[in-house]
This record gives sequence, structure tokens and C-alpha cells, in this order.
Amino acid sequence: MTYGVGDLVRTSGRDPAHHYRVPRYLRAKRGRIEAVHAAFPLADARAAGDPAPPLETLYTVAFDGGEVWPEGAEPNTVYHAELWESYLLPAAELP
Amino acid sequence: MSEHGHDHPHDHGSPAAVMTARVNALIGALEARGVAADADVTAVIERFLAAAGPQNGARIVARAWVDPTFRALLLADANAAIAALGLDMSHWAPVELRVVENTAHVHNIVVCTLCSCYPIALLGPAPQWYKSEAYRSRVVREPRAVLREFGVALADDIEVRVWDSTAELRYLVLPRRPADSDGWDEARLMQGVTRDALIGAAR
Repeated sequence: MTYGVGDLVRTSGRDPAHHYRVPRYLRAKRGRIEAVHAAFPLADARAAGDPAPPLETLYTVAFDGGEVWPEGAEPNTVYHAELWESYLLPAAELP
Repeated sequence: MSEHGHDHPHDHGSPAAVMTARVNALIGALEARGVAADADVTAVIERFLAAAGPQNGARIVARAWVDPTFRALLLADANAAIAALGLDMSHWAPVELRVVENTAHVHNIVVCTLCSCYPIALLGPAPQWYKSEAYRSRVVREPRAVLREFGVALADDIEVRVWDSTAELRYLVLPRRPADSDGWDEARLMQGVTRDALIGAAR
């Protein structure tokens, strides 16, 4: 577990060919850790049929509507997604 | 001729047909190995659905409205709180339940953008609109517009929080207690709690 509640993070901009739980509209977006959950089997590996998928900490990440939808976002809305640790980067390490 | 080179009247290309074929193959394998019969599988599903319905969610909400200790536990560790009411999320695999609370300044609404993840044990089978592509794609981008179509008009100073459910986490909304309900007991409070309010499509 690398992140704590309130930490600012950014989602990876990766575009892998396999199952991946960062929707396109959330790629390379800034968010805030809203909750830290248990380690769950990584969905990417489960979808590929891995009999022993790696366990990774799962986070609820909060994104302001304006960050996710730069054009036409509604005011005062927050979108929450469940994201695995390997999907995230510390916001400070990014340009 | 169909695109894969033979004529046939059956629909084996749709997601539902693929799923039906998989389920039938799985049941067939269980029967062939003597693990379970088709009737056993049906009985398990019927037993589950008989106990699953929005009355469970309403019971949770009514208890939270009258019992501050339960409410605090519900918001901190919902799985533990509902276990105290004899309810359980973990019928097939461990699932974390999270309860999010509406306030004068916050409205919560739940979606599953990937498919139709939903707390079936607490609300019964999901309504058709919850599974529709229109709801799933629009509510993440324009939740206020979607809520207006449900008859919920929210002032801009009320924060709208959208929660995207997954196989790992399910959400239940804790609505606000009706303003005129002082002295009501749990049974009476339960009657006013709708399924849509527990999803966040009503306020």
C-alpha cells in the first residue's frame, strides 16, 4: 500500500491491448485517494485466465468532473472509480 | 448465409446466448461429475432471490436513522453492520459493501459503467434502466441531467458524487431521513424507503 487517503495521484496513460480497468476517459487524469481497500486479485490477470492473479491494493479515487470532462462538465460533481495500485502514479512525479 | 458460413435459426452470437451456452455447459459438467444436479442449482438461485429484495436495504436505512451507533458502523464497515441484521453480501465471492450518505449538501448516485454490478442481496435484481448503456454512460458525465430526468432537481451547491461499482465493491446510498418523521418506528420509516433512493436515483 503506497497511497493514503487524501494523497493526490494521477492515472497512468497506458493503453494496453488486454483487459484493463482504467476507462479511456480516466487516463492520465489527476485524482485524490478517497479510500484504501484490501488487496484484490488484479482484474487484468483474472481476465487473462491467470490461475493465481497477483493481489494489489485497491483504491477508490475521486476525480473532479472538470478534470475528467474538460468540456461541458457539470458543476460540483465528483466521479469515483475503483483503481488498482499499478494503475496509479504519485501526482508529484508527473509534469 | 451468415457471416460465419452456415445457415441456422438459432442465435448463438449474442452475449445472452453465449452466456446461456456457458451456463448450460457448466451445469452439464457438474451433473456429469455428480457434484450437483440442475435442480440443485435452481434451488440455490430461488432461495437467494426469495430473500433478496429492497426490503433489506430499507431495513438497513431505517435502523441507521434510529440508531446512531449502527449508523456509524454502517458508514465505517458496512459488511459488519449488515451482518448484525443477519444480512450478507458474500454469497458467491467476497464483496465489500460501502454505504454513502446523503446530506443537505451532498447527493450520491451509484452506477456500474462496466456492466451491472449491484447489491442484489440488498435490493433484488437491478432495474432495466440501471443496466442500460444510456444510464451507464451518461450518469458519469452528466449526473445532474440524468437526475433531472428521474425528477430530482439539485441546486448547484449540492455536490453530486457518482460511485462506479465493480465486482470488488458495491454501493448503497443512505438517504436523508424524512423531515416530518420524528417518533416514527423502524417499520414505519422502512415503508418510505424506495429502491431508487437506495441507488441514488431519488432523493
